[in-house]
Amino acid sequence: MRINLKLFATFRVGRFSAEAREYPPGTPVAAVIRDLRIPEEQIGMIMLNNRHSEPDQQLHEGDNLALFPLVGGG
Amino acid sequence: MEELNAFMKERADNDLLPWYAQLAAAQRFDVSLPRVEEAALSLGLLPARYQRNRQAIPVGQQLALFRSRVAVIGCGGLGGYVIEELARLGVGTIVAVDPDVFEEHNLNRQILSTPSTLGRAKVEAAVARVADINPAVTVIPFRVHYAPENGAVLLRDSDVVVDALDSIPTRLDLAETCADLGIPLVHGAIGGWYGQVTTQFPGDDTIQKLYSRWVEGKGVEQQLGNPSFTPALVASIETAEVCKIILGEGAPLRNRKLSINLLDMEFEDVIFTPHLVAIGE
Repeated sequence: MRINLKLFATFRVGRFSAEAREYPPGTPVAAVIRDLRIPEEQIGMIMLNNRHSEPDQQLHEGDNLALFPLVGGG
Repeated sequence: MEELNAFMKERADNDLLPWYAQLAAAQRFDVSLPRVEEAALSLGLLPARYQRNRQAIPVGQQLALFRSRVAVIGCGGLGGYVIEELARLGVGTIVAVDPDVFEEHNLNRQILSTPSTLGRAKVEAAVARVADINPAVTVIPFRVHYAPENGAVLLRDSDVVVDALDSIPTRLDLAETCADLGIPLVHGAIGGWYGQVTTQFPGDDTIQKLYSRWVEGKGVEQQLGNPSFTPALVASIETAEVCKIILGEGAPLRNRKLSINLLDMEFEDVIFTPHLVAIGE
């Protein structure tokens, strides 16, 4: 299945801003995060089709998945 | 009181009360400037400094802002701008909380910092700045670290709390205290070209979700620093949220997170499903 990925802020460095990738049906978000070699504790937010999501969420054909790093400054 | 009211009415230009008349009223009747401002607004007289607010905020709402109390937790990059904007907006009481003094590395972005305030407590600079720009506004300074143990004292009687902290665990503590005390919390965070804002009402858990994977340390700000424009923008959005909550107007960023990327000029509005207490994880 085809997943449209979007990365934010520092996650773009050495990776990409937006890219479509193929994954086996039923792949969870956590597997995509591992595929992108992003340590899970650096993930601030997972956005799936414009909504907040979690690592165990299974993906479906055509999903739009976006990953944001933690932002904590003031 | 009758005499004070008559004095102000005589000196009002239609319904606008000039600053000199506020000062004269305070002196003549030996009352504080905040008291004069409240009396004027209660009479339907608008202090002339707010005349450009009026198209957005009529005099009755200006009175609601004046009678409000907002706690700003952190008086650095975000908090300095938030305090500046709340004071100009006419929020009557601002609680300023920060344990630190200004250091040279604050000068690139923290509006309350100048070479002459280096070494001075941030909350003291906030008091001086607000006294300078709007003496009708009262700032209550607390030169302390925010902690759950002092939360009830620091946040007492506040209508809204602003998260202008630079620490993720302290933010999570603040969110918990606000939930316990039933106070809405406006969250802002920045790092480099990036920022985020969300508004949390008691019972919501957006902030807890945003930092649910946090283990230790800081976010992207650790490697990206903080330039001048990101805190100014995020603080302005936070202040707009505070204003809307006090006035009960508009649509706040509730169960939504606005994610800001100023490098590529991208704004993402992420929707959070409201927390259902009955569903445990």
